[in-house]
Amino acid sequence: MADAAAALEIRNLHKRYGDLEVLKGISLTAHDGDVISILGSSGSGKSTFLRCINLLENPHQGQIIVSGEELKLKSAKNGGLVAADGKQINRLRSEIGFVFQNFNLWPHMSVLDNIIEAPRRVLGQSKAEAIETAEALLAKVGIADKRHVYPNQLSGGQQQRAAIARTLAMQPKVILFDEPTSALDPEMVQEVLNVIRALADEGRTMLLVTHEMNFARQVSSEVVFLHQGLVEEQGTPEQVFNNPDSARCKQFMSSNR
Amino acid sequence: MNWEVIIKWLPRLAEGAVLTLELVAIAVIAGLILAIPMGIARSSKNLLVRGLPYGYIFFFRGTPLLVQLFLVYYGLAQFDAVRNGPFWPILRDPFWCAVITMTLHTTAYIAEILRGAIQSVPQGEIEAARALGMSRSQAMLRIILPRAARIGLPAYSNEVILMLKASALASTVTLLELTGMARTIIARTYLPVEIFFAAGMFYLVIAYVLVQAFRLLERWLRVDACQGR
Repeated sequence: MADAAAALEIRNLHKRYGDLEVLKGISLTAHDGDVISILGSSGSGKSTFLRCINLLENPHQGQIIVSGEELKLKSAKNGGLVAADGKQINRLRSEIGFVFQNFNLWPHMSVLDNIIEAPRRVLGQSKAEAIETAEALLAKVGIADKRHVYPNQLSGGQQQRAAIARTLAMQPKVILFDEPTSALDPEMVQEVLNVIRALADEGRTMLLVTHEMNFARQVSSEVVFLHQGLVEEQGTPEQVFNNPDSARCKQFMSSNR
Repeated sequence: MNWEVIIKWLPRLAEGAVLTLELVAIAVIAGLILAIPMGIARSSKNLLVRGLPYGYIFFFRGTPLLVQLFLVYYGLAQFDAVRNGPFWPILRDPFWCAVITMTLHTTAYIAEILRGAIQSVPQGEIEAARALGMSRSQAMLRIILPRAARIGLPAYSNEVILMLKASALASTVTLLELTGMARTIIARTYLPVEIFFAAGMFYLVIAYVLVQAFRLLERWLRVDACQGR
């Protein structure tokens, strides 16, 4: 489709650490409303791939296109690609939400301050405006009563929900989730998954790296299975979970049921 | 112990304590201001940016404060250019010589404290700031420095107390701060035990007040909670 630009398009992404090639050419296209789950055993490059998309890691080759706008890249001394235009990468990053495994809330700020910080500094919102949005988002993720609390006074699940609210406050076009429930106690996983499910139901465009197989199967419009830095299997959840072509994927699915 | 003598000379010792406080306050506040850009530069990934302040720090950490004080107080006056220069009214004054030397000295230490603090800010928190679209400088100003301030505060309070005690060296360039005043009084009374005891008490009280003030500041900034304790 030439007329509608994809929300996010990655072409031929390569990344290596020293001699170890972690990503060997991954391409992925997310259209508006797509929920794409990225599965794979540890070391398959899932998180690295996600982190390369907004240049938290520097890829060595590839193109990143956000809503038809290509991220300008240039080679650094160490061979990695870095942003060529500081303004552009900051703007594109503000349009790509990123949710971390370890939440990474700022511990010296209250939950509310965590959420309004970037909208005020990056989007230039007024304080009143930012607080209004933040309070609505806190209610949405179910921790409206925690607005004046500090991150260390929250449970892991509440911290992750606050971190999701912080990401949503930037009104991102695409949200990247990097194993959002992997650092949580089992009883808190569900509350975070429920929030992510609600976002999927809203029709948000999301990329999700996860080990929660059942969840991925339920919410995804597309599932990608990575193995040794390559896309090994790709398709609808039914196809990848029930009827994978690749033997490696078949084995992974049966051992993770 | 001759308590009457101590009580008699308390007002003069208090004068000395005020001068001590002035010296320390100016040095640690000016030192902090100078140390901020230096500490940021020291934590840079760029070798040149990181290396320049290191020369400064190497000199001021590697030589005794007393030697530095003598170099400034006695050494600068050797040069005609200094004596005829516009800064002579300041550089001939032992108070300003002591303030300048103590400031330059403590700046080196505070800069290194700050470098360590900046490098201790968890990488993930910085990534979170950048991932939300904050520029390098926004992340530095809004996230890294406020976090580093909390990480470095206990070490900074330590440095302030070290400077309180190091300020006794100012007595060697004729200043009548607490130690200088005590020595002057002893020259009159011949009672070193009483007067040094009283001076020591002054130092203890000042140190105690400083420690308590920093404890309040730490609580107000929620230092413990930020370290995940």
